[in-house]
Amino acid sequence: MKSNFECQECGADISIPEDAVKGEIITCPDCGAEYEIASKTENGAELKPAETVGEDWGQ
Amino acid sequence: MVQLCIIYDKVRFEEKALYEKAQSMGIKSQIVDAKSITIGTDSKKKDFMLGDIILQRTVSHYRGLYLSASLEFLDFNVINRFKVTETCGNKLMTSIALAKNNIPTPKTQFAFSAESALETIKKTGFPLVLKPIVGSWGRGIFPLRDNETASMVLEMREEDDSPLSRIYYVQEMIDRPPRDIRCIVIGDQAVTAIYRYAAQSEWRTNVARGGKVELAPITKEVEDLSIKTAKAVGGGILGVDMMEDKNYGLVVHEVNGTVEFRGAASVSNADIPGAMIDYAIALGKK
Repeated sequence: MKSNFECQECGADISIPEDAVKGEIITCPDCGAEYEIASKTENGAELKPAETVGEDWGQ
Repeated sequence: MVQLCIIYDKVRFEEKALYEKAQSMGIKSQIVDAKSITIGTDSKKKDFMLGDIILQRTVSHYRGLYLSASLEFLDFNVINRFKVTETCGNKLMTSIALAKNNIPTPKTQFAFSAESALETIKKTGFPLVLKPIVGSWGRGIFPLRDNETASMVLEMREEDDSPLSRIYYVQEMIDRPPRDIRCIVIGDQAVTAIYRYAAQSEWRTNVARGGKVELAPITKEVEDLSIKTAKAVGGGILGVDMMEDKNYGLVVHEVNGTVEFRGAASVSNADIPGAMIDYAIALGKK
């Protein structure tokens, strides 16, 4: 399964933890860019840039 | 068998905990991205496989609010209800609901221009707190201790593009210990309570601001006030935030409609996600 990605911002390696689920946010360990796990199956995962924090986020 | 649907737009600790708990309880459940749902005036409930009961858990208030309205239009059973989310997501509407139901709450003025806000501030006297009516994690909350700061903050708010920034919510500053109390209410039960302590060099107690948590006793007073507050905003799964006023006792200042419980789960023995799922399944059966 593909569990390593290259950060679009800085090129660093981003690994996806085994227990991560679709919809979780993964942060680049080098530059802090955030990615959302768009899909995750036994065969691999896909990342997409995460939404930026909105003014109406949170509780 | 009741089928549960958890709707998210960003999976936080809470959504993951809820989904994993549902799975471990053997409940047929799914987790669906709000960003992938489109609903139209001609949509029918049967076109959507969203189970019997929906836990709406988006981090974006407006996305969750209008998605709930759309789902209720299709006759889905959503926790929390649209009206509850609308009340809790807006501090002005929450204050009105609390005041209407005689729940002790900090004295708050609503002003509709910077000029009248400044007039109210001067008339009321310092210290005060200016809060955005929509917004969370303590953002945009300013302590006002003198005229100069008040004028500057109001000027900043006037320059903001958001129309909601023109609504001024000015609250008395409660003389309290450096903590507040959050009580998680599920249906008519106070499930757990925590103290939230402000981080060093910070007066806001939000966990998102580095606030620390400690288990708090669910006293009779905390329990009664939390349950009464939950009813006042329409009920459901709620986080009731209270302060301990040194003169007047407990006052409720906020109710969270999509309650985060990572902090509470770290110190409480209560099975918070389990209780939320039990509540949802019971509602789903109705």
